[in-house]
Amino acid sequence: MKRGPAVLTGVHFINGDVACAEGALAAGCRFFAGYPITPATEIAERMAERLPEVGGTFIQMEDEIASISAVLGASWAGVKAMTATSGPGFSLMMENLGFGYMTETPCVIVNVQRGGPSTGLPTLVGQGDMMQARWGSHGDYETIALAPSSAQEMFDLTIAAFNLSEKYRLPVLIMSDAVIGHITERVIIPPEEEIPIVNRKRFTGPRETYLPYLPEDDLVPPMVAAGEGYRVYITGLTHDERGYPSTSPDAQERLVRRLAEKVRRNARDIIRLEERGMEDADVVLVAYGISARVAYRAMELARAAGRRVGWLRLITVWPFPEERLRELAARVRAFIVPELNLGQIAREVERCAAGRALTIPVLRPGGAVHDPREILAAIEEASHV
Amino acid sequence: MSVEPTVHTPSRAVRRPRGRVFLLTERCKGCRFCVEFCPRHVLAMSDRFNSKGYHVPAVIAEELCTDCKMCELLCPEFAIYVVRLEEER
Amino acid sequence: MSEERHPLDHLLRADRLPHIWCPGCGIGIAMRCLVLALEELRIPLDRTVVVSGIGCSARVAGYVRLDGFHTTHGRAIPFATGLKLANPDLTVIVFSGDGDLAAIGGNHLIHAARRNVDLTVICVNNFIYGMTGGQSGPTTPLAARSTTTPYGNFEPPFNLPALVAASGAVYVARWTVFHVRRLITALQEAITKRGFSFVEILSPCPTGYLRRNKLGDALDMMRVFKTQSEIRHGAPPAEVGIELGKKLILGKFVDLERPTYHERMRKQLAAFFIEPYVEKVSEEVEAEEVES
Repeated sequence: MKRGPAVLTGVHFINGDVACAEGALAAGCRFFAGYPITPATEIAERMAERLPEVGGTFIQMEDEIASISAVLGASWAGVKAMTATSGPGFSLMMENLGFGYMTETPCVIVNVQRGGPSTGLPTLVGQGDMMQARWGSHGDYETIALAPSSAQEMFDLTIAAFNLSEKYRLPVLIMSDAVIGHITERVIIPPEEEIPIVNRKRFTGPRETYLPYLPEDDLVPPMVAAGEGYRVYITGLTHDERGYPSTSPDAQERLVRRLAEKVRRNARDIIRLEERGMEDADVVLVAYGISARVAYRAMELARAAGRRVGWLRLITVWPFPEERLRELAARVRAFIVPELNLGQIAREVERCAAGRALTIPVLRPGGAVHDPREILAAIEEASHV
Repeated sequence: MSVEPTVHTPSRAVRRPRGRVFLLTERCKGCRFCVEFCPRHVLAMSDRFNSKGYHVPAVIAEELCTDCKMCELLCPEFAIYVVRLEEER
Repeated sequence: MSEERHPLDHLLRADRLPHIWCPGCGIGIAMRCLVLALEELRIPLDRTVVVSGIGCSARVAGYVRLDGFHTTHGRAIPFATGLKLANPDLTVIVFSGDGDLAAIGGNHLIHAARRNVDLTVICVNNFIYGMTGGQSGPTTPLAARSTTTPYGNFEPPFNLPALVAASGAVYVARWTVFHVRRLITALQEAITKRGFSFVEILSPCPTGYLRRNKLGDALDMMRVFKTQSEIRHGAPPAEVGIELGKKLILGKFVDLERPTYHERMRKQLAAFFIEPYVEKVSEEVEAEEVES
């Protein structure tokens, strides 16, 4: 007869997937719906074990479409909810992800990326879904995606993802990868009172005055839950402030612009970066996830060889840190972008560099991480430009 | 349809239920279900059209209405309802 | 305009009327039966939620004055499952069409029935995809014409009551939009039934189905419902398939007791956890006994 704590304060030796599940629980997640898929399955398994201990609900659905749908439904019941998957499941979730953006439903979706396309390399690493995370669902929208680089960050960023999703009312993506999901390393879980928790703004005023899609100054409308008596109508159709469908171009303009603006205007609050050696850098490595760790080693090797190399790790991948990249582009010679795809984030870097600095992608389509020497070779190349 | 429903004083005499039919003609789309399935033929299609151009029904024999509410139940448009009256027979 | 108020307007988003459905479409009748059933049941409407997918019937979620979720195509049931599991105090009703629930959402339909999640699924079956202009669907009868079966449909349709009964539904009924009083009763039974209940409502689609099949207008279809139906309560679901020109079998086909998803979950977890599962165990034991 056990009943576990929601926050497993202490020092643990666990893999990234397990750390992610623990982060979710610490953030207040009490609903998980998922479907088995390598290399994300351990998240579901951990949630299946842990959620009943904290009075939450775990359900294994019939597919990933059902999983994200159940997560969206649970969120509208007022419960923090998450699902976790990998590439094929992520593809299946795309339509309902868009429903989440359109209806402004807070939730967290974890993608432990493997090599693609299609079934690809189920057990091996990839970073090929980064652009899918940005543009995968149809129509225009902005998203928030975080890229953990360690088991510790699987814990920390899952909490951050919940907080951002609650604050800005949208699905937040954790774009992990097979190595980070499966890497087993030290994870420190702080005491519960030291974990900052953000909960969605709630509307508690009189029923007659509630407009489900009337935003406040931060462009985020306060939310209610089903069953609270507000009798809301929530639709994926373009809607007005009442939530009623509208086919007017004006309603489309107001809604779609606001959905994008609530992320763009708050980009400074959302974006997190980690930097090293930027003071004197004339070449900057831009990387995320496992690739950032490999790139870090390349930086060390290059610095030992006397190269002035900086390292920029994208913790937030979307919205893209355009401002910082533009600043750097004005003063560095080149960006080097190692990633496990055929050039996705490299395009963003190139766009921000806008010809002022060179962008050198170092690409592998997944299956294995880079050898730091491949990145080193690119640094050498950049140094001779 | 401004006539208020009349409620007659109950008596010991045998009564049958009576109803008064109210039409919300602006909601009507002219499907004729109410006309067809009224067991007492209280309604008929009129020669009127509403503002959307739908051909609407009219009450032709309200005294026959037994408040069975079939017209109300079968109206897809929420455009017709019956209020119960009571009358001696 | 006091004339323009209907006694059921308080249960509707009357400011959105008239609704989008075509003249003679039966969905409005099905919606009326739902709100009447709810009103008579006197359950707390603030905790009653309608979830729908995409299509004509799915628009009901936006016309009833309840919490309404108009979700994506086919996904009403898993969304509703999430709502119900996250807040078991909600009464969750899925209201959608045959294409939404049985084609694109077919997998969710059978799995929700298998789990016996406490949901009520109301399926308006008009034999066609109405919203997109009359394409054949999973319930289109053999030989029927549609825009995508211009030479007649040669795919056999689903017998929905048999499908959900085989999958584990504890309440299965079929009525038409002509049989309004029986339909209201069935909806009340389905909503109060613990577990996965399913009500199929046959309904005319004059625009997408009847016209193309030279079956007359909606009124003709209503006459068919009136004269060509046979009520056979308890009929084996496998025998109630619909064929053009044959009797429509209506009635309550399944009404049995089986532990719900929540009952089984609580019972299973009670062996491991004291809280919050134990206090509910006695109910489940009863349910189990009824089943056996």
